[in-house]
Amino acid sequence: MHPRDLLNEAMAGLLARPVRSVLTTLGTVLGITTLVVTLGVAATAGNQIVGRFDELTATSVTVEVPENPFPLVDWADVDRVTRLRGVVSAAALAESNQSANLTVRSNDMVDPTRVTDQTLTVVASSPGLPAAVKGRMVEGRYFDAGHIARGDKVVVLGRHAAKMLGITRLERAPAVFIGTQAYTVIGVLGDLKREKSLASAVMLPPAVGKRYGLSTVTRVLVNTGLGAAELIAKQAPAALSPGNEALLQVISPASPTRARDAVEDDVNALFLILGLVSLVVGAVGIANVTLVTVMERIAEIGLRRALGAARRHVAAQFLLESTLTGLTGGVVGASVGIVVVVAVCAAKQWTPVLDVRLAVMAPAAGAVVGLLAGLYPALRAARMEPVNALR
Amino acid sequence: MPEPVILLDDLTKEFPTDPPVRALSAINLRVERSDYVAIVGPSGSGKSTLLNMLGLLDRPTSGSYRLDGIETTMLKDSARTTVRGSRIGFVFQSFHLLPHRSVLENVMLAEVYGGGSRKGRRERALRALERVRLSHRVEFLPGRMSGGERQRAAIARALMGEPALLLCDEPTGNLDSKNTDAVLDLFDDLRAQGMTIVVITHENEVSERAARRVRITDGTLAEEEMCTRATC
Repeated sequence: MHPRDLLNEAMAGLLARPVRSVLTTLGTVLGITTLVVTLGVAATAGNQIVGRFDELTATSVTVEVPENPFPLVDWADVDRVTRLRGVVSAAALAESNQSANLTVRSNDMVDPTRVTDQTLTVVASSPGLPAAVKGRMVEGRYFDAGHIARGDKVVVLGRHAAKMLGITRLERAPAVFIGTQAYTVIGVLGDLKREKSLASAVMLPPAVGKRYGLSTVTRVLVNTGLGAAELIAKQAPAALSPGNEALLQVISPASPTRARDAVEDDVNALFLILGLVSLVVGAVGIANVTLVTVMERIAEIGLRRALGAARRHVAAQFLLESTLTGLTGGVVGASVGIVVVVAVCAAKQWTPVLDVRLAVMAPAAGAVVGLLAGLYPALRAARMEPVNALR
Repeated sequence: MPEPVILLDDLTKEFPTDPPVRALSAINLRVERSDYVAIVGPSGSGKSTLLNMLGLLDRPTSGSYRLDGIETTMLKDSARTTVRGSRIGFVFQSFHLLPHRSVLENVMLAEVYGGGSRKGRRERALRALERVRLSHRVEFLPGRMSGGERQRAAIARALMGEPALLLCDEPTGNLDSKNTDAVLDLFDDLRAQGMTIVVITHENEVSERAARRVRITDGTLAEEEMCTRATC
């Protein structure tokens, strides 16, 4: 028997009862649609959540240094972190309650008509801060090791703090007064990506900060290369304070892979089961209808046997009919599923993420369902004796 | 001398009921090429069983059946199917046309299971339809045709592939007298063209047109002397 004849007969068999064929397909359509939507939405949603672990979060490590009778981390220790492989930049920061609300003025004049005093946070930092907060110097420069060594009375203002104090240009070396002490403003730091609160703070070199209780490091900001955060989070405490690493608290980003897996597992399990159940129901539907069709077409089977059809020809025709039913259900289900995934993404403003294999495998799964469902009816049809079938 | 188309030798069929029913007992029959044989008998006489034997639709319990020179009782199921498809054209009482396929497709179905090529199948089917004078109904669905036309379409299907034997089971059982005449005229034509025809019937009108009449009673065959309406 020519394969095209077989296909011809199977198609004619299906198209002879179009409404029944369409209804038979529905079960598979539902099952495949559910599967495609489940897997598609899960993959998409998983990716959206992973999308929030952006580069900044994924590469930021913060080490908190608790209060201790003796300083756990010295200012110079930051250099040891910088030397770790995978660290892009690092800076130490000192904050204290005493310095959190200090009165800062841009001149020493008393003017009752204006508010000249600003209450600002004053912090001390190591010279690497602009890089560590991923900011840039809007004006001037940051202080360096030389300023610190000489104990220069210089400050850098956060951009917001500078605006509040009315300092816009640095050509004339403006000064600010913290309490009664005057400091020369040498730079304005802006566009911070991390520690954005520093935009309204005043930054001092550590040597000067001692006056305001900013003598010991309270926090170390570390930026790592992509993917290095987990490793650096483990190594940084030991580098900063050998022997006391257990006392330091590390804040590091959650591993994105684990976050994605957790999301997919949650969403998938229930709906996958739902999809598989629908698919089984669809298979039972195909099996049922094909069996009914076989019983209805006993005379046709007898005729075909009389015309010289072997048992395998009869079996092949009914198998092909059920497989084509399943395949149609798979194709329609995959299409509807993909449309639903895209619609959900459009409604949620997500970027649809679709595994190409899913679009190919879904129709194939439908065909397999049809094939399995057709096995028993096809066997029944093939077993039929021509004598009985023609009666 | 050429092989006869049908040669039955002590063909016996028993059904394994309790007690066993002997539907055919040691039947002998010889049908030569271009014979036109009517097998008559009352219902329950074994007509259908004999038809199933001749059509290779069922196996005998014992005896031998040579069809066109081929000993069929020893053949395996698949080989019997092949012989059935290639040597026998069936004509049924209820036509057995597929209702959703056109007349042409129904006729072409006869060649689907043979080894024949798809090329030229349509032309061969059209020629077969021409032989039964149904060229004007080629694209019709069977449901829109008269009983006689449907039976002629079924005969066209049986003629596809040039079978050695046209085996007809009550071919006029569902037809009125006018259509019966048309079908019987067609059988006469076919026989004149050299076709071997075996008709199983209980209608006298049909059996009288045959050249030879064989009566089956309680599983045994008896040749009947032919008489025309004038002599009986």
